[in-house]
Amino acid sequence: MTGADDTRQPAPPLPATTDRLQAVASGLNVPSEVHEKVLEETPVLEIDRFNLWYGTKQALHGISMPIPHNQVTALVGPSGCGKSTLLRSVNRLNDLVQSVQITGDMRLNGDSIYDPRMDVIDLRKRMGMVFQKPNPFPMSIYENVVYSLRIDGERNRGVLDEVCELSLRGAALWDEVKDRLHDSALGLSGGQQQRLCIARAIAAEPEVLLLDEPCSALDPIATGKVEDLIQELRGRYSVLMVTHNMQQASRASDYTAFMYLGRLIEYGPTSDIFTKPMLKETESYVTGRFG
Amino acid sequence: MRHIERQIVQLKEKILRVGTLVEEAISKSITALINRDSALAQRVMASDEEIDRMEVEVEEECLKILALYQPVAADLRLVVAALKINNDLERIGDLAKNIAKRVAQLAGEGPIDLPAEIRTMATLAQEMVRQSLDAVVNGDTALARQVREEDDAVDDARQRVRRMVLQGIKVEPERVECLLRVNSVSKHIERIADMATNIAEDVIYMVEGDIVRHRSSDY
Repeated sequence: MTGADDTRQPAPPLPATTDRLQAVASGLNVPSEVHEKVLEETPVLEIDRFNLWYGTKQALHGISMPIPHNQVTALVGPSGCGKSTLLRSVNRLNDLVQSVQITGDMRLNGDSIYDPRMDVIDLRKRMGMVFQKPNPFPMSIYENVVYSLRIDGERNRGVLDEVCELSLRGAALWDEVKDRLHDSALGLSGGQQQRLCIARAIAAEPEVLLLDEPCSALDPIATGKVEDLIQELRGRYSVLMVTHNMQQASRASDYTAFMYLGRLIEYGPTSDIFTKPMLKETESYVTGRFG
Repeated sequence: MRHIERQIVQLKEKILRVGTLVEEAISKSITALINRDSALAQRVMASDEEIDRMEVEVEEECLKILALYQPVAADLRLVVAALKINNDLERIGDLAKNIAKRVAQLAGEGPIDLPAEIRTMATLAQEMVRQSLDAVVNGDTALARQVREEDDAVDDARQRVRRMVLQGIKVEPERVECLLRVNSVSKHIERIADMATNIAEDVIYMVEGDIVRHRSSDY
């Protein structure tokens, strides 16, 4: 699909006095401010001039951003800014929504995600996803963790045991559940269930871990544990996380991307975004003056 | 207005009250020095307690905002700058008190010719403090950069005073104590100008997010 809003052409630079958020709201094509440090990282995922429409309503406008390898990247922005839509486009969950149309592409370690030849099941195996609400399967803790191996036909008990322990350790849950691996996962607390979902996701050794507001259904203590876990995943997994909690982005991520009305406004190291963002618009969002 | 914004407005007001007290202390200590007015010098020394008390209050205010609101970006920079500016203002208050002490000591030593350079330095340093506080109020980085540049003139004047004092000691060795006090006054004034420069640098950090300390004044 092409149109006046097609953003394949780079947007012209804006005069410094223009308020980008107002410009975006009035439908102008506003360039993203991507910090140099982001571009220096090796990307695991490259989002390339990505547009998405729900019917006639455009929800994402020309998003281009590399997601760094083995780092935690947070997408922040006010409700309706497209952060969840973008996350769900990465593993093509939006394919399930009728009337969605896209242009542009995303590449996972160089492989085009939207290539018609791409097998969506294969693609989703290469990515783990954890949702807002913990969704353990109604089976034992053990079976939850090794689920992906089971459906791949793995039967070797030794392999399954090892992956189960490593994944639960990786998700900082092992010590809490090691004596009741064969109890139902539904008996765990909300925070434990969410860490179990992360363990289940990392058991499949995904290239990217997608977290969609992973703590919004959890109490502060459980949230703290999941945030600690996200920090520990850094260096071993590439994490792309949507959060509406600004402090969570500042505590748990290495890079933060600020989105507004379907556009990427500013994207840089989290420490810069929360101490000295390049744009005053980002500053007014992170300090809570709007949004 | 959101709660954190109200807190920040109050913090700014408090900092400015400390600033006003400190400006008064410098101005009075210099007047006391020039007029050899030991009564005024005594009042400067007494007023330092108020500055110290306010300094603690501002610091507690900053810690409260950090703990309760976890400010980020511009808000965070403002609170951090406020902590440092507060510290520098308190130091300036101490330096004004030190000058006042020297005035009291000089009072007992008969007439001396205060080098004209001391007055020049004092005027410059006072102006720098005033400008740096204006820069805080208005977030004026151009003015802050000007303050950084002005510091060189004070340093130069200080070197001239030092040479005069050395020369004076050679010529009139019996006046060594008195001349050393003049030297120490000039050192205190120079330190006041340094503190004003620190405040100016904190303003640049507060507004632009860049730490320009230890860099030449071209930044």
